[in-house]
Amino acid sequence: MASPYSKELLLDMYRKMYLIRRFEERAGQQYTLGKIAGFCHLYIGQEAVAVGPVEALRPDDYMLSAYRDHGQPLARGSDAGMVMAELMGRGTGYSKGKGGSMHIFDIEHHFYGGYGIVGGQIPLAAGMAFASRYRNEDRVTVCYFGDAAASQGALHETFNMASKWKLPVIYICENNRYGMGTAISRIAAVPEIYKRASAYDMRGEPVDGMDVLAMYEAVKDAAEYCRAGKGPVLLEANTYRFRGHSMADPATYRTKHEVEEERKGDPIPKLRAYIKKQGLAQDDVFETIEEEVNALVDQAVKFADESPEPSLDELWRDTIVEEGEEDVRPRERVLGQKVTWPKYPSGQELKVTWDLEPREQAEAADKKAGLIR
Amino acid sequence: MPELMYREALNQALAEEMERDANVYLIGEEVGRYNGAFKVSQGLLDKFGSARIIDAPIAELGFTGLSVGAAMVGLRPVVEMMTWNFAILAMDQIVNNAAKLRHMSGGQLRCPIVFRGPGGAGGRLSSQHSQALEANYAHFPGLKVIAPATPADAKGMLKAAIRDENPVLMFEGERLYAIKGHVPEGEHVVPLGKADVKREGTDVTIITWSRMYYFCMQAAEELAKEGISVEVLDLRTLRPLDEEAILASVRKTNRAVIVEEGWGLAGVGASVVDIIQSKAFDDLDAPVERVTGLDVNMSYAANLENATQPDAPKIIAAVKKVLYREGA
Repeated sequence: MASPYSKELLLDMYRKMYLIRRFEERAGQQYTLGKIAGFCHLYIGQEAVAVGPVEALRPDDYMLSAYRDHGQPLARGSDAGMVMAELMGRGTGYSKGKGGSMHIFDIEHHFYGGYGIVGGQIPLAAGMAFASRYRNEDRVTVCYFGDAAASQGALHETFNMASKWKLPVIYICENNRYGMGTAISRIAAVPEIYKRASAYDMRGEPVDGMDVLAMYEAVKDAAEYCRAGKGPVLLEANTYRFRGHSMADPATYRTKHEVEEERKGDPIPKLRAYIKKQGLAQDDVFETIEEEVNALVDQAVKFADESPEPSLDELWRDTIVEEGEEDVRPRERVLGQKVTWPKYPSGQELKVTWDLEPREQAEAADKKAGLIR
Repeated sequence: MPELMYREALNQALAEEMERDANVYLIGEEVGRYNGAFKVSQGLLDKFGSARIIDAPIAELGFTGLSVGAAMVGLRPVVEMMTWNFAILAMDQIVNNAAKLRHMSGGQLRCPIVFRGPGGAGGRLSSQHSQALEANYAHFPGLKVIAPATPADAKGMLKAAIRDENPVLMFEGERLYAIKGHVPEGEHVVPLGKADVKREGTDVTIITWSRMYYFCMQAAEELAKEGISVEVLDLRTLRPLDEEAILASVRKTNRAVIVEEGWGLAGVGASVVDIIQSKAFDDLDAPVERVTGLDVNMSYAANLENATQPDAPKIIAAVKKVLYREGA
């Protein structure tokens, strides 16, 4: 049977997954060389969870993530050199070296950040989706979080509001089975995270997170559902990280056997085999892609390594917005490239037509319930 | 100028700013159909509808974080905390997200949001409902913290807070809502970060904010009868502190008393003392005195509650102490 996917799309997915893999391997190497410090949470093994959704979304859909946040911006088109520079704490990084590995922000590509408090970004995503409804835009927001965050109160408080107010937000739980060193099965009363959606009358489903096409389909479908105003969706991407929680974690809580077994499900060779089986490309095409990506990542490391540290007067910037101050556009600042920046409607342009709880409806419901007002 | 209650002044500010800018919305517990737990949002649901006056579930962390997210993409939320005591549950979103977004994004993001609600002691509400918590938040870079005492300042500062591009936390005295004062109509905006000399004097400066302001004015009136001329400086904004105004007043009177409803340890007043001693030490004729809440949790019993808080007699004693007068 012929593939329903174009060669172009499939090879683009391959390229992006390979880019993330290679980038992360080099990041790990730079960490051991002492050039990257702090926590450095690698994405190796989970590439399909970022790439499938990115391909299924519009470039202007909002996205945000947790602290394992290098993969999504790379998939969305962020500059690899500037991401690497951020990891190395250089002034040419996306956040001028103020955020580091856990806080990649690339607003030009509508990537609204990585966050370091488990589950803390979950309400933010609902708020971004709320803004889309408020302004009557058909944008969706995609929010990544890990399996451990599913036990945070923030998730439950947010799911309740997102479902009640039908917010266009897709939550993607990256269930890699370990919250740091603790297996999800040890601390969760219900380890199948997608089931938690049902408590809030919200759509929830499991997805094979090691299969980029499964992720692509699930998010395409979920985005349509969201854009139709039907409310939020929770997708549980069952995935696995091949490395430790962060570079500081030797991951001794897992058996070698388990990791070896899981590595057999590596999403990158899986896609490659699929493309070859479909007869859309052969090894030479992949080799060319890999060579290009390798060169790109080498260049990224070199760019970061040769970049200066931020100047000390940066300490006093970006804490409080001064009157009339413009927002910083990283690619423009670092590479001198003109970028388009999100423009939000002013108070005069904006007409709020949405009713969260239409008065007549609410009053009719009250009357029916016998409430006296 | 019409006389308004503090809560009416806030209501006016909200209504005017919401009319001016459709990006402004109000969210919180009971703000809509109940018309506000303290009636600050009275009538706003009818005027602006349920998309802009939003009854939230009792989930402070959730609706606070949601609004921070909305502010990240251009809305200008006003988040009402039914009291600041409950905002403790939302502290992660205020401190770890709102305060740090601009910094962590290297200047790419801004977070124009107002968190507001009553703070300070209630009437016999015991420990969990009677706390002046502004010092906690004044600690964090990336936030602005304001605590107006009068209805006119309440209106003007709320308007300024809504227009500010940064997260602003507004502490309203729970027991100030029914206080009346003259409030300018229409475009009355009080700039953040500016203290106000509410009473001119020459012998001693009392530095204070929010509800304590009224005790200080009472003390100043009493002291005037004894021929002591007190200057009352209302800080109004606790972050950033108006150093210039503090130093100018202390250099004029050479003596200072700081009155703070919250606990003394690591309080805002401690930072005011630091400013004075490091920059105006040579102008001082006496050590700076502080009158603060006692270093205990709040009791329910009326006499214990009263004894816990600063009041006019305690302030008078402190003023006399810095003047080396009797009884000190």
